[in-house]
Amino acid sequence: MSLGDSSTPIGKVRGLGSAHEGGEHWITERVTSIALLLLGVWLVASLLLLPKLDQRTIVEWLHAPSGAIPMALLIIIGFRHALDGVKVSVDDYVHEEGSRFVINLLLLFAAVAGGAMALFALARIAFGTLA
Amino acid sequence: MAVSILHRATGIALSFAGLGVLTWWLWAIAGGTDSYATFAKVMTSPVGLVVLVGLTWSFFQHLLSGIRHLVMDTGAAFELGINKTFAILTIVGSAILTVLVWVYFLGVVK
Repeated sequence: MSLGDSSTPIGKVRGLGSAHEGGEHWITERVTSIALLLLGVWLVASLLLLPKLDQRTIVEWLHAPSGAIPMALLIIIGFRHALDGVKVSVDDYVHEEGSRFVINLLLLFAAVAGGAMALFALARIAFGTLA
Repeated sequence: MAVSILHRATGIALSFAGLGVLTWWLWAIAGGTDSYATFAKVMTSPVGLVVLVGLTWSFFQHLLSGIRHLVMDTGAAFELGINKTFAILTIVGSAILTVLVWVYFLGVVK
């Protein structure tokens, strides 16, 4: 440390990771992971416990709030966690700044579009009339 | 470390194939019995089943190695012996859970 350099050790390393940012991103990824631990187990358990996996049975399951609400959360948090996770890989392996920006932008659009499609389908099931 | 790479690989598989199948599944259910029949036909084909079993395994592997990472985020389980045992447990656990789920599915749901 040269004379007159008053920055702290932590100040020297902040922003030096591959993404040059990301404290909040790191926390968000872990918080969403815990939510998805619960929602993922809920999904697998629900599929195992449904008497049949035909269209009508699934519609009845997702028509009820007890099915529709966890499924909506699974979609929103799942796409968010996927976006956060894939971004880490992109930041680690794509070194050219322009490419990294474009890839992350495309992934953001894909995640928002995919999440919107899944939510729209769920809304049709949840708010549709039961035949 | 192999399990760390598996965590990333299964995460990417779940992000694209997993969320893709989930979205298509919901879309097919919303579309009615005909569109659901198309989805079910594709997913119960040999290729479809390989994808679904692969996603089931990816889910359990990512879940268990995710728990391992959360524990390690606290600074615990870095000792070589514990670390390795934990890593092996995620692989054994995900294999067992995948087999159990599919034995149940194929046995109960025809």
